[in-house]
Amino acid sequence: MLKTLVKASAAAALALALAPALGAGTASAYEITVPSMDYRTGPYAPNGIPFANGWTDWWTLLNERDGGINGVKIKVVPCETAYNTKKGVECYEKTKNVGESGAVLYQPLSTGITYQLIPKVSKDKIPLHSMGYGRTSAANGRIFKWIFNFPATYWSQASALVKYIGEREGGMDKLKGKKIYLVYHNSAYGKEPIRTLQALAKKHGFIYRGLPVDHPGQEQKATWLQIRRERPDWILMWGWGVMNQVAIKEAASIRFPMDHFIGVWWSGSENDVKPAGAAAKGYLSGAFHAAGANFKAHKDILKYVYDRGKAVDPAFRNRVGEVLYNRGLVAAMWASEAIRTAMKIHNTKKVRGVHVRDGFENLNVDEARLKELGLEGFTIPVKVTCANHEGPGLVAVQQWDGKQWKIVSKFYEPDREVVGALIKEDSEKYAKENNIKPRDCK
Amino acid sequence: MLYREAGQFKTSYAADQAIFPIPQDRYMLAGILAIAFGVVPFVLNDYWVNAILLPFLIYALAAIGLNILTGYCGQVSLGTGAFLAVGAYSSYKLMTGFPEMNMLVVFALAGLITAAVGLLFGLPSLRIKGFYLAVATLAAQFFIIWLFYKVPWFFNYNATGQITVPPRDLFGFRLTGPEAVPAVRYLVTLSIVAVLALAAKNMARGHVGRAWMAIRDMDIAAELIGIRPLRTKLLAFAVSSFYIGVAGAMMFAIYLGAAESGETFGIQQSFDVLFMIIIGGLGTVLGGFLGAAFLVLLPIGLEAVLVEGLGLSTNFAEHVKLILLGSLIIFFLIVEPHGLARLWQITKEKLRLWPFPH
Repeated sequence: MLKTLVKASAAAALALALAPALGAGTASAYEITVPSMDYRTGPYAPNGIPFANGWTDWWTLLNERDGGINGVKIKVVPCETAYNTKKGVECYEKTKNVGESGAVLYQPLSTGITYQLIPKVSKDKIPLHSMGYGRTSAANGRIFKWIFNFPATYWSQASALVKYIGEREGGMDKLKGKKIYLVYHNSAYGKEPIRTLQALAKKHGFIYRGLPVDHPGQEQKATWLQIRRERPDWILMWGWGVMNQVAIKEAASIRFPMDHFIGVWWSGSENDVKPAGAAAKGYLSGAFHAAGANFKAHKDILKYVYDRGKAVDPAFRNRVGEVLYNRGLVAAMWASEAIRTAMKIHNTKKVRGVHVRDGFENLNVDEARLKELGLEGFTIPVKVTCANHEGPGLVAVQQWDGKQWKIVSKFYEPDREVVGALIKEDSEKYAKENNIKPRDCK
Repeated sequence: MLYREAGQFKTSYAADQAIFPIPQDRYMLAGILAIAFGVVPFVLNDYWVNAILLPFLIYALAAIGLNILTGYCGQVSLGTGAFLAVGAYSSYKLMTGFPEMNMLVVFALAGLITAAVGLLFGLPSLRIKGFYLAVATLAAQFFIIWLFYKVPWFFNYNATGQITVPPRDLFGFRLTGPEAVPAVRYLVTLSIVAVLALAAKNMARGHVGRAWMAIRDMDIAAELIGIRPLRTKLLAFAVSSFYIGVAGAMMFAIYLGAAESGETFGIQQSFDVLFMIIIGGLGTVLGGFLGAAFLVLLPIGLEAVLVEGLGLSTNFAEHVKLILLGSLIIFFLIVEPHGLARLWQITKEKLRLWPFPH
């Protein structure tokens, strides 16, 4: 008797718990579903949290301040990937059909997950924006119809950073015989720039050498011992998560000059430099947007999102404006502009993934538009076309001055001759392996 | 009452030696298979196939493979991730090298290649035992993963070292790649797992399995009664690696579609499969399935309840999930150190007496 009672009440409790989940689907107004592939746990959480907050806060801002995009509310669906590929795939399958619109775009923030999703989104007709990460050759829009990787790829970035080094050395011809080493995360992500650096080494005559660091990157003693012995002139780093701060600390401990140590733009946030303290001062990294919270949009976020208690992570208030927060913000900004463009092109408010893809492909966020969005001077103007999914491909260098990140260089144009040829070769190989016929771009 | 064997008489040796001597077991297995083959393919969707059914089946196969080595033959292995990788990379090389090859042949060959590699790394087992063997297989894990990073031939000189599955058909149906039909992927996986699980069950009951178990229980005694340790241990390594290799090939070709040696087949993978057989039950085929269900399905179920049911935030749910899973593992190991399969066996024994236990 008692047992039956316990069972019955357990069943009732379960039913009650599940009821709101089942009822949520019946909302009347059309909502656009935007998944948020977070990683707030695991070894990459220090980087995943600010990005996820920036990404989510932008959508909340649009909902709170403007009532959504052209009156259509955005429904952000979070899913925890822990930077794990298998979980990422599960998240994708779980979120792709949520709501009436279904997921309209993906931003996985993981090169590994991006590789998994490239074939899947192409079939499900949902655009994938791997903003400055993922598969570089997806820049070729004729072959990768559903994938976008603007504002720049890893290969453009590697080339831009080499140009910066050339400028600091007093000309590209001065690179001859210089030693430029790459410390990289031993994964698809970290290996991306190798090919470009090899091609550039051949072209400019510098000595290139790659030093892999295995996941998660806490153990780098051997790597830095080697660096201490061979004393390269410059070090580039393709790192992520805990690997970044360990590398910067190790570099400081062998007294490697910080202003000759350049990270990829995923290795240049507050989390990466702060643990090394004052020793990190002068460290450089790639960038395509500014740091700081002195923009109108940030003030709006504090006012409409944090003050109203709508923030996904209220404790984050004092960190709004960190590099990776701003990166999540800029990603969401471009995505929201793509949705807006899609609404305009298709003249409908009920946009789905197919429409948003066209929105991405016709995206044009120029300086005037950035000003309207309250982000004047925040980032570079982006224009995407059918054939070019990389957009501008411009990369600047930012420096940590001990307190904050500041952009210290101009925006560099990559070496199109080298990068373009590599993109063509790699994307065509992919097309051949997967029987994809390149589409025409008029 | 339902499960009582009283009155079931066996009149032939064949009946006495059947895999499932009790009719109720046979009916239940037939029922499960009928549902798995006849009903599930018509009701599944992408989510069920990609997130639940395929990982469950493939991990179950890998767990059966490891169980042959560790559970039946008593040789601890921490190289499962590496052997999965060998299966995956050999299937990739076979698929890209011989585009016309039938996918079933690809899986079989990938299994055989992995078996050969397993044999090689099984050689030290003749000299070293227990923890020391675990360390030797750990070396296999790190060496093989490193090899797949280092030698570009394995990933066809890609820029990133990722392998991506090319689209392939099986009997006119698309099996791999993005256009694959979910039901086909599920049915092919299910068929392979079902056949191999049946084979494992049979092997374990026959003279091969008995030799393995003799080695496991006391190798010197086994040698004295005429079991050759060299052959038996290496056979266990080969058969186990074959299963794991097929699982790796399917994991790459059917389930994930793209893979990277360290990320997909890292040391964590070896531990996961080892935990599956420890929790599921060492030395049982059923344990492979139960363990895979525990480690693959339970986290997903927990997350669904915590996030969608109770409305917790995703990161909080993730932490709660880790705590719950850990406590459940400890709980089960204390309550039943022989695993879930043993729990099922006890249930069966109780059911035989129910409802009149005295």
